[in-house]
Amino acid sequence: MVKSKFGQLIIHILLLICSAAMVIPFMYMVATALTQDTYVMPYPPILIPKSLYLGNFIEAWNANNFERYFLNSLFLAITNTILSLFISTLSAYGFARFNFPGKNLIFNIYLFTMMVPGVLNIVAQYTVINGMHLVDTYTGLLLLYVGGGIAGNTFFLKGFFEQIPRELEESIIIDGGSRWTIYRHIILPLSKPALATFAIFAFSGTWDEFFTALTLIKTPIKRTLPIAIRMFQGQFATKWGLVFAASLIAVIPIILIFIIFQKYFIRGGIQEGALKG
Amino acid sequence: MLSQSILENKSKNNKKNSHFKQKFKEWFEVLPFIGLGLVLLSVFVVYPQIKNIYMAFTNYNIMPGQPSEFVGFANFMRAFHSEKFWLAFRNTVLYGVVTVPGQMAIGLIVAVLINNVIKGKNLYKVMIYIPVITSWIVVSLIFKYLFTDGKEGLINYALLKLHLISNPISWLQNTWTANFVIWVLGIWKGIGWVMVIYLAALQGIPNELYEAAEVDGANPVQTFFKIIIPLIKPTTFFILINLIIGAFGVFIQVMMITNGAPLGTTDVLLNYMYNRAFSDFEFGYASAISVIIGIVIMAITLLQKRLLKYDEFNY
Repeated sequence: MVKSKFGQLIIHILLLICSAAMVIPFMYMVATALTQDTYVMPYPPILIPKSLYLGNFIEAWNANNFERYFLNSLFLAITNTILSLFISTLSAYGFARFNFPGKNLIFNIYLFTMMVPGVLNIVAQYTVINGMHLVDTYTGLLLLYVGGGIAGNTFFLKGFFEQIPRELEESIIIDGGSRWTIYRHIILPLSKPALATFAIFAFSGTWDEFFTALTLIKTPIKRTLPIAIRMFQGQFATKWGLVFAASLIAVIPIILIFIIFQKYFIRGGIQEGALKG
Repeated sequence: MLSQSILENKSKNNKKNSHFKQKFKEWFEVLPFIGLGLVLLSVFVVYPQIKNIYMAFTNYNIMPGQPSEFVGFANFMRAFHSEKFWLAFRNTVLYGVVTVPGQMAIGLIVAVLINNVIKGKNLYKVMIYIPVITSWIVVSLIFKYLFTDGKEGLINYALLKLHLISNPISWLQNTWTANFVIWVLGIWKGIGWVMVIYLAALQGIPNELYEAAEVDGANPVQTFFKIIIPLIKPTTFFILINLIIGAFGVFIQVMMITNGAPLGTTDVLLNYMYNRAFSDFEFGYASAISVIIGIVIMAITLLQKRLLKYDEFNY
């Protein structure tokens, strides 16, 4: 611990430099989005907006379908979070509390699939989805999201479930309750913090997901926000104000969630790798 | 004698039967819980992983029902003889060599500073973590904008005003300046994550150790190298493995900022793979690239586990 006043001053200066390096690019984006577009970049560059011009946001939201893309992303993120939460908690409970032949082998296969990043499977996954005639559908997209997340999610949740004392479950069994009763009335309520972390990461992971959506979705109206932003930038290469307004529509919800649920993010950060499907 | 052995056999059979019944019962009980996950994982992860290896040895035909010609190692040979492949390979490795130590060093310093600061701890933490939670698409766009050619870009503007350069730099037009932008983005976005993981480890170091070091007359630099660094070694391994694997996943920022330009000299493996599959429709060749990347990642992970005894460490 550096306790001297001088030491603290130095630390604050260093941390301020670092924070500035992190925040200035965002200020630059926000200021540009709040400035009326003129097809030329503002000179000198602006970091503090001179006005609160919202025209870019309105144009992106209304005229360029970002309302629709926002709803698409929201639908996919919520659906994937619920489905993953349901399937992965069941799966993790099965591995945490049951004994069955081949359990270790199967769990090791789960772990093995996590050794290579999911993006590497995209080519083969595309052929599988293509064979099922599910290209350009949300069903296909969700199957890949949910399926791709299972191994990591099971691994993450199993750890939490195993920490729950078994004595609690014994009381249910004595009362004649089934495994389902235990799952619903002991396991789920007692792992609420873990489930909250899980939900936040599943939601933000799907919200920002890029490659699977880029690969599967063809119809413009079905695009999600990240895809729409990429296409948008190609289309309006020099209209940075409009492009950044569109980007902010995608970024602001995640930053809000982060600020509200900060403690879950910071704690969950450790498992981040395991949860990104 | 005979009847006895028959009896014995019978009871053995019975035991076997009940054993099987028991096993079957166990599966029957657990299946409702793990079944759905097992099916989804098998169909959409395990099967594609195996299929990917098969595809790498064929001239894969995407039309359903059409046969795919088996071509042996031709796809791999083509990759090893392709200049573009080696450029992408070089850039991926360089990305790791530059950004992994960069993120770790800065992340650790920031974590130590935050651990020592008395006021404003949380505010600094939040500000430094924001890039981590922002989508790669958006931060890539921001960096493209920051490093715009001409005097209007913020970076060129600042460098010109500070008289560090006399003419604006065309950042994204040249191989090494463009790679530099990609590296800076990689480091910038990763610092917050490293910081958070290191902070958790630093908070686990008991205060008495710092006090003892102070009593023994150690200065902050000595404390850092002689106490902090050795104590957080397991965390360092954990971060290292994660970041190296992450570095092989470098993709979105390259696709968004340069897409390999100029002439594939800033391309990286995943972007190269993706474009072969979905721009050129060479699925077999793309699968071979994917298999090569997978093998490299696995080799690195196993090597690190051996060398660093990572197994002893559980987060």
